[in-house]
Amino acid sequence: MSTSLTLTVNGQSVTRDVPPQTLLVEFIREHLRLTGTHVGCDTAQCGACTVHVDGRATKSCNVLAHQVAGSSVTTIEGLEAADGTLHPMQAAFKACHGLQCGYCTPGMVMSAVDLVQHHGCHSEAQVREALEGNICRCTGYHNIVKAVIKGAADMKATA
Amino acid sequence: MNARQGFVGQSVERREDTRFLTGRGQYTDDITLPGQTHGVFLRSPHAHARIKSIDTTAAAKAPGVVAVFTGEPFKGVGGLPCGWLINSLDGTPMKEPKHPVLADGKVRYVGDRVALVVAETLAQAQAARDLIEVDYEVLTPVIDTAKATAIASNVHDEAPGNLCYHWGIGDKDGTAAAFASAAHVTTLHFRNNRLIPNAMEPRCANASYNAAADEYTLYVSNQNPHVERLLMCAFVLGIPEHKMRVIAPDVGGGFGSKIYLYGEETALVWASKQIRRPIKWTAERSEAFLSDAHGRDHVTTAQLALDKDGHFLGLKADTTANMGAYLSTFASCIPTILHATLLAGQYKTPKIWCEVKAVFTNTAPVDAYRGAGRPEATYLLERIVETAATEMGIDPAEIRRRNFITEFPYATPVGLTYDIGDYNATMTRAIELADVAGFPARKAASAAKGLKRGIGYAAYIEACGIAPSSVAGALGARAGLFEAGEVRVHPTGKVTVFTGSHSHGQGHETTFAQVVADKLGIPMEDVSIEHGDTGKILFGMGTYGSRSLAVGGTAIVKALDKIIAKGKKIAAHLMEASDSDIVFEDGLFKVAGTDKNVPFASVSLTAYVPHNFPHDKLEPGLNENAFYDPSNFTYPAGTYICEVEIDPATGKTTVERFTAVDDFGNVVNPMIVEGQVHGGLAQGIGQALLEHGVYDTESGQLLSGSYMDYAMPRADDVPSFHVETAKGTPCTHNPLGVKGCGEAGAIGSPPAVINAICNALGVKDVPMPATPHTVWKAANGKL
Repeated sequence: MSTSLTLTVNGQSVTRDVPPQTLLVEFIREHLRLTGTHVGCDTAQCGACTVHVDGRATKSCNVLAHQVAGSSVTTIEGLEAADGTLHPMQAAFKACHGLQCGYCTPGMVMSAVDLVQHHGCHSEAQVREALEGNICRCTGYHNIVKAVIKGAADMKATA
Repeated sequence: MNARQGFVGQSVERREDTRFLTGRGQYTDDITLPGQTHGVFLRSPHAHARIKSIDTTAAAKAPGVVAVFTGEPFKGVGGLPCGWLINSLDGTPMKEPKHPVLADGKVRYVGDRVALVVAETLAQAQAARDLIEVDYEVLTPVIDTAKATAIASNVHDEAPGNLCYHWGIGDKDGTAAAFASAAHVTTLHFRNNRLIPNAMEPRCANASYNAAADEYTLYVSNQNPHVERLLMCAFVLGIPEHKMRVIAPDVGGGFGSKIYLYGEETALVWASKQIRRPIKWTAERSEAFLSDAHGRDHVTTAQLALDKDGHFLGLKADTTANMGAYLSTFASCIPTILHATLLAGQYKTPKIWCEVKAVFTNTAPVDAYRGAGRPEATYLLERIVETAATEMGIDPAEIRRRNFITEFPYATPVGLTYDIGDYNATMTRAIELADVAGFPARKAASAAKGLKRGIGYAAYIEACGIAPSSVAGALGARAGLFEAGEVRVHPTGKVTVFTGSHSHGQGHETTFAQVVADKLGIPMEDVSIEHGDTGKILFGMGTYGSRSLAVGGTAIVKALDKIIAKGKKIAAHLMEASDSDIVFEDGLFKVAGTDKNVPFASVSLTAYVPHNFPHDKLEPGLNENAFYDPSNFTYPAGTYICEVEIDPATGKTTVERFTAVDDFGNVVNPMIVEGQVHGGLAQGIGQALLEHGVYDTESGQLLSGSYMDYAMPRADDVPSFHVETAKGTPCTHNPLGVKGCGEAGAIGSPPAVINAICNALGVKDVPMPATPHTVWKAANGKL
């Protein structure tokens, strides 16, 4: 049943035998045991499973692992620098108290990084609209929005 | 608190954040055990049906299946218990039908547990589940809260007319007399909409049995692991309590829904012994919608009697509360003890009478959800106060001021004694911060765009720091509500604190460490906080009712006091001084009035290397625990002001400004406290505008069973908030002077939003959730 799948995850090439129906999020969590990527729903609504596939934010619960064969996937575990320095967006979430229970956080951070890289961060309203696909039940979004704005500025400063 | 250290009161960044931000958190589903199997539940597709037969033959033979369990083997074990006994007005106890682990002959809501399938992989378990054949005889479902007692179908044979209890509190005759003398009576009929909690981490459990030691370990996404263990062991499965370890690791939000003992983890624990392998179950979101305990769902008529100057004379409330199909762990106390006792609010209403009918329906069990009874009470009171103000032509702030309680302690007519507060201060500050003075200009600007702008107030109070055990016991609680803490000082002066409170987003690992570091005069990095494991923590009642710092934090403070007291004796010995001459300041044990001192770490080292030690008076070591049972509830209070703008053409309501001024007493970490308020506000605004748990009244199917149908607040549904924690009135009866902040936002905000909408439209009432369709109808006279 299983067929071989090769892709790059957090900069490292991985090859595994994977059943064809395996979702990307299952591959990441169960086959690679990278459990920072979370599952919060079953309708591709909550965004907790957001990772980057070839640099674009993707809900990994909504794509089969084999569909992204050969791609480069970045998960939350791949965001910090090799020396453990937090990515500016991770650091901004910490500084702004942009997380509480932490469950939606990896997806929220991956979406925020995608927003800044591809669209820039222009206003609070734009950030709120851009985060529409990521649900948080703890923070009321207030500090997440502050964190994304700060993270965007810090990404620019360190670029 | 120690001035030199001064962590308390500072917005210290959270120590738990780095693991969450780098994907290193460890939630229950992240844990996979050797020999892991996977469990799934077959759930009822019917709201109410008799199970004529179940055939599991094909499922049991399916590839990878380890075992299939139905309700049959659970007939001999207990049901899931309810922790609070409520007696009806006639003195009879509430009806407590058995709440089986797996369905026993009948299913009573869509999602009720029918069978557990265990297989080598999740996919195999899911595939085998589809092979189970159940022959149902469908019965008439009871769905609508208001009509539950009038339907000729009983959810439980033991509860005729679907009545669980009919309870009351207050002075019925005195209240009637107050109404007879009133110059004005305001009446409102409304529903407090059913909500579905939706912690982002779905419920999850992983149970294993160690045959060598005859012991169980349960990892579970839960807010109170010791309570989970006690209930499961003592009331359901009969497992000796010391043979079971419950670990609630990182938990992705709770909001009440993870307080309870559920059938799923209970079945897993039992089955893990049968198959001698660990079983993991993780709820899908659809499953969570169906089977997590829901919140609210009250139908209420409220009446307020006033004299000609707007002074409140009496309040009457008649509420029907939906319990769902079974009594969940704390279900019975929510609409009674946590609701009706709050109906005095911030006001000196002299006479109050409240009756509550609790009804069974063929819907998911209903229990505490963020606020738990207090949002329902606040909605009732703050809607009727604002409506009365409008009807009598009195400014809504002024009518509140005329009725505020100003002298403390104050005994309400519904059983509580408020220790302290300053309601005028929070209201005055909220009015400033919200720029109420500028509202007319903003309203005119909106009108110029064809939009309607409204402003609404809510002045809430809540009873937190749950709870004095003797009071709770007298009111029907079947458990104590103290908290436990242990402070273990290591030889090097580093400290591990074990708390019975559980953190699932609240940041205890940071705030509790701030308290400990200040108290001992040591750096925060020398303190670690452990929670969530019955194998490590001496005991705990867990986290709910905004109790962690007020009750759990106080237990730690009491243990710290014992550490310091013992440390003084050790220091006195080392410095050859009298015990009574030793003071502890800035991390130093000092001989008062001299420059002699020994640092904390020297004392701890002496305690563990007791060569020069007062062995005749003390035991070696430096480890203390404490249990703290509060003498009263705490009473956080504040004023919330909401400003909305409504497009009458579409009915779309936008929350333009939301101002919250809270008196939480002393604050340990303002950043974390404000974050708690933000989250509560979003949930309250969600209740007011978006969220609604809806069942089809004929079929009993849950219509709002996914994020496509249940409108969770998203980032663009809420504004940035103006939140301010007032200087405040410290709680008088705990050493930290803290009151609790976890639920306030969800309690105070719904009436503020609806008051603002009613103000904008000039209507008496708009039901929650005030969706665009509902608001459009209200704006166009079609409600």
